[in-house]
Amino acid sequence: MSSPDFYQFLGIPRRLALDPKELETRLYSLSRKLHPDLFARKSAAEQSKALDDSALLNDAFRTLRDPVKRAEYVLKAEGFDIGEQSTKDVPPELLEEVFELNMALEELRMGDDDAREQLEISRTTFVNMRDEIDVETQSKFAEWDASGERSVLAEIRALLNRRKYIANLIDKANVPDRV
Amino acid sequence: MFQIEFDSQEAAVGIDLGTTNSLVAYMNLAKPEVIPGEDGDKLVPSVVSLATDGRVIVGNAARQELIDHPDRSIYSVKRLMGRGIEDVRDELKLFPFRIAEGSESVIRVVLGEKTFTPPEVSALILRQLKKNAEAVLGTPVTKAVITVPAYFNDAQRQATRDAGRIAGLDVLRLVNEPTAAALAYGLDKRQEGVIAVYDLGGGTFDISILKLHDGIFEVLATNGDTHLGGDDIDNRLLRIALEDILSEWGDDLSHSGEAVQTLRREVVRAKEQLSFVPSVLLAFEWNGKAYHREITRELFEGLIQDIVDRTLGPCRDCMKDAGVTAEQIDEVVMVGGSTRIPLVRSAVEVLFRARPHTEINPDEVVALGAAVQAGILSGTVEDQLLLDVTPLSLGIEMYGGVVSKIIHRNSTIPASAGETFTTGIDGQTNVLIHVVQGERELAKDNRSLARFDLKGIDPMPAGFARIEVRFLIDANGILQVTARDARTGREQSVEVKPSYGLTDEQVEAMIEASIDHAEADFNAAQVASARVEAENILNATDKARRNPAWQQLSEEERASVTTAVNRLMVAVNSDDHEVIQNHIAALNDATHALAELMMNTAVSSALKGTHV
Repeated sequence: MSSPDFYQFLGIPRRLALDPKELETRLYSLSRKLHPDLFARKSAAEQSKALDDSALLNDAFRTLRDPVKRAEYVLKAEGFDIGEQSTKDVPPELLEEVFELNMALEELRMGDDDAREQLEISRTTFVNMRDEIDVETQSKFAEWDASGERSVLAEIRALLNRRKYIANLIDKANVPDRV
Repeated sequence: MFQIEFDSQEAAVGIDLGTTNSLVAYMNLAKPEVIPGEDGDKLVPSVVSLATDGRVIVGNAARQELIDHPDRSIYSVKRLMGRGIEDVRDELKLFPFRIAEGSESVIRVVLGEKTFTPPEVSALILRQLKKNAEAVLGTPVTKAVITVPAYFNDAQRQATRDAGRIAGLDVLRLVNEPTAAALAYGLDKRQEGVIAVYDLGGGTFDISILKLHDGIFEVLATNGDTHLGGDDIDNRLLRIALEDILSEWGDDLSHSGEAVQTLRREVVRAKEQLSFVPSVLLAFEWNGKAYHREITRELFEGLIQDIVDRTLGPCRDCMKDAGVTAEQIDEVVMVGGSTRIPLVRSAVEVLFRARPHTEINPDEVVALGAAVQAGILSGTVEDQLLLDVTPLSLGIEMYGGVVSKIIHRNSTIPASAGETFTTGIDGQTNVLIHVVQGERELAKDNRSLARFDLKGIDPMPAGFARIEVRFLIDANGILQVTARDARTGREQSVEVKPSYGLTDEQVEAMIEASIDHAEADFNAAQVASARVEAENILNATDKARRNPAWQQLSEEERASVTTAVNRLMVAVNSDDHEVIQNHIAALNDATHALAELMMNTAVSSALKGTHV
């Protein structure tokens, strides 16, 4: 559904690198103006507007606070396809790590608790990879904020796809202690 | 600047509608205060009993009825709010709810010869609280903030709101109990900081983590268990006592409502005492036999350790969701009677590494906070604002029964999400959307909220229709759904079929037909008897006017009688018995001289007996 632009609504410049503190300050100050609690004694029309406005405020804050959601929001607005990417094909550079993770999971399923050690190694590897991606993404954010180059957005999209793939692997490696 | 605003609005109250006890509070100038009931007790036990003469008894008085007339009494009805019959099968083994036949879609409980839905029973409790508040405040009370466990789902919230409406209350807002407690504590407290609210009540457990910022109470995350509380502890003790009695006496008392209720009262007393003394004696007498057992705190703690432990998992998950560690939590607030138990306090202290706050009575803190929120909504409390979250993710069922989450849990409310739907078959004119709440992947493992039927779609080839649906969770945590045809821009009609609970029409019908009329019926009876009395005195006066004594009255005296007769003849049609009574009294006064004259002349005793 077409809704007003989140950046415009919050009154902040359209940048990918955002200061979470600044965003929070906007949330608080706008909440003090828009929240339904402040309109409880007003007309039904004003109450309904307060409900819509504060829902929009919270939706905007929730989206822009999270770097991944924020980037996806901008990518979508700039005409990029951010739909589910096929995650079936293992990126070649991850072949070995994915193989080891799957082996460990299989061994654990067979009742071999020693596999937990390998699982933890895999998990750490993937978490490190994700953190590296995040650092790289941050620098790309700054690059786009400065240049506005579309090619940078394409790079960001590729980073996000890779990040999503690795996040799935981390989820897989997060096996509860007792199943 | 110096203008004084007179608030024409009547005061709104804050209500804690609890599993075990309920309370009502209001803002007395700048300070929230609990309003006691007629018996002086601030806690109104959430017990309802229907007397054989049809009277409704609520609170302390109903607790005795629970023992004397267990088949006409109910407690812990909150456990049934917004739930389906299959949800409560386990509860039925532990709680003496009598469920009526045909409770498949909406549960109905039996009290004597009548049946009630859980919202109707809760409405009886709310009505009592309303009455208590009116007696103390001296004004009608029609607006209220009602609290609910933070972890209540949409159906449970709707049921609570329905209860308020049935009780004749305009429910300004449903507020989460732990958040309300934070508000009560937040008054002139620290400006910044992170606080955890641990709320272990009679039947529910909630944990919420909030960030305080210059009067804004921002809930970061909430978690809990809507079926964990002091009742579970009582049931443990009760089971042990029943087992003891079975082995000592050879009697199985578990099916005797009266015995179980008496014993339950005794174990609750023992439990409460154990928070202050190291050992208590459980004593129970029944049919001339006596059962005694010493319970030490050590034994008690061993008995309830796992119940206390069950609260810790949600606490850890909540910290994780809030993105804070135990070290980052500045203060911990304790809510609910069960937090008086030393084992609970020490477990919380160890987990959060902070000594929990217990300055405000844990039974009252939620109602006090609800009163503060009522003050915020009516404009008497300024500079404080609550930003709460939805406790459960909202999703829609996709092909294959998989859930697509559209609003994640712990999203600040109000929150919304849009989705576009289309048709799958040529000429299809409606689309059914199944909305669920919960964190599981498959729709069947989550809580079904409702089915929304998008109706009246123009027939066209499959996949051509574009219906934009907006899901909005309001500040009460209740879902609203609207839809629009994207091609025409027209509002699309949406029919809601709630999976649990009452439809709007059913609630309206209950407001119309319900208990409201307990009072209305009473009023009608008073009006009827006043009318009979009026007819009698009018007839007697009519007769007296034909008496010779009438002519002996002065012109003024006759005129005043005639006026009083005419006025009473009009007043008789009033629905207010007091109006009728007042005019009866006026006619009595006016005919006083006439009556005396008739008595003196001993002509007749026609007016005898009309003097009240």
